Amino acid sequence: MNHVGLEHYLAVSFLLFALGLFGVIIRRNVLVIYMSLELMLNAANLALVAFSRFNNNLDGQVFVFFTITVAAAEVAVGLALIVALYRKRQTAHVEDLRTMKL
Amino acid sequence: MLEFGTYKMADVLFYIFAGLTLLCGIMMLVSRNPVNSAMFLVLTIASLAGLFVLLEAFFLAAIQILVYAGAVMVLFLFVIMLLDLKAEERRRLKILGIAGGVISVGAIGALFFKSLAQTPLTATRSPDFHAGTIDLGKLLFSQYLLPFEIVSVLLLVAMVGVILLSKKDLK
Repeated sequence: MNHVGLEHYLAVSFLLFALGLFGVIIRRNVLVIYMSLELMLNAANLALVAFSRFNNNLDGQVFVFFTITVAAAEVAVGLALIVALYRKRQTAHVEDLRTMKL
Repeated sequence: MLEFGTYKMADVLFYIFAGLTLLCGIMMLVSRNPVNSAMFLVLTIASLAGLFVLLEAFFLAAIQILVYAGAVMVLFLFVIMLLDLKAEERRRLKILGIAGGVISVGAIGALFFKSLAQTPLTATRSPDFHAGTIDLGKLLFSQYLLPFEIVSVLLLVAMVGVILLSKKDLK
């Protein structure tokens, strides 16, 4: 009998994190990069909830609760920054934003 | 408990939700239109909420749907509409970027598999684990009261910052 254990959840969490990391590196649109960051945060949340359930300890879920709250605040601030940047430069591609590059 | 052959219902649901999560994540990465990416991210988050339900974290599943799929993604879609982003034209993907992505993902994967191989995972789900909203709320308002209050201040600070940032002239 095949029983889904902790390692299955951790594998899904790792694959999701890898997808997010890959997206952050290869995508060129600032907004899609930001969405990939959200994907990585969600992968970490999944690992925390899985550890919490399999160790029979509720603290992990409280931590995920705080992570979600902070992520919501972070998204609001980050999107405001992106909008301000777009107003100044009229672009959302990281390749066109090279002011601080040598 | 429903059973399909040797598989339990919960195991089948795990594979369905995990596959859906990863598939929508991949679709989010490969779609050129930012609106499509946002929609696939909503689906990813919804199927992650399904995984949370399978882990008996019902309150977090509800929060995931309400906050992420609701509030955060609506914010994303608002900004996409506001910036009026066209579908990304087919730029040549830099070979250096792909190589960097593969290397960093490989490094993290090596870390993951090495640590997973070295650690014996003896943790098991005990059947009398109470993870309802009541238990979470009790923990949140007793042991974690100070972080809870600090997070509320953080939300206020973020709100003030966003209002300041979205003013027309940043002076």
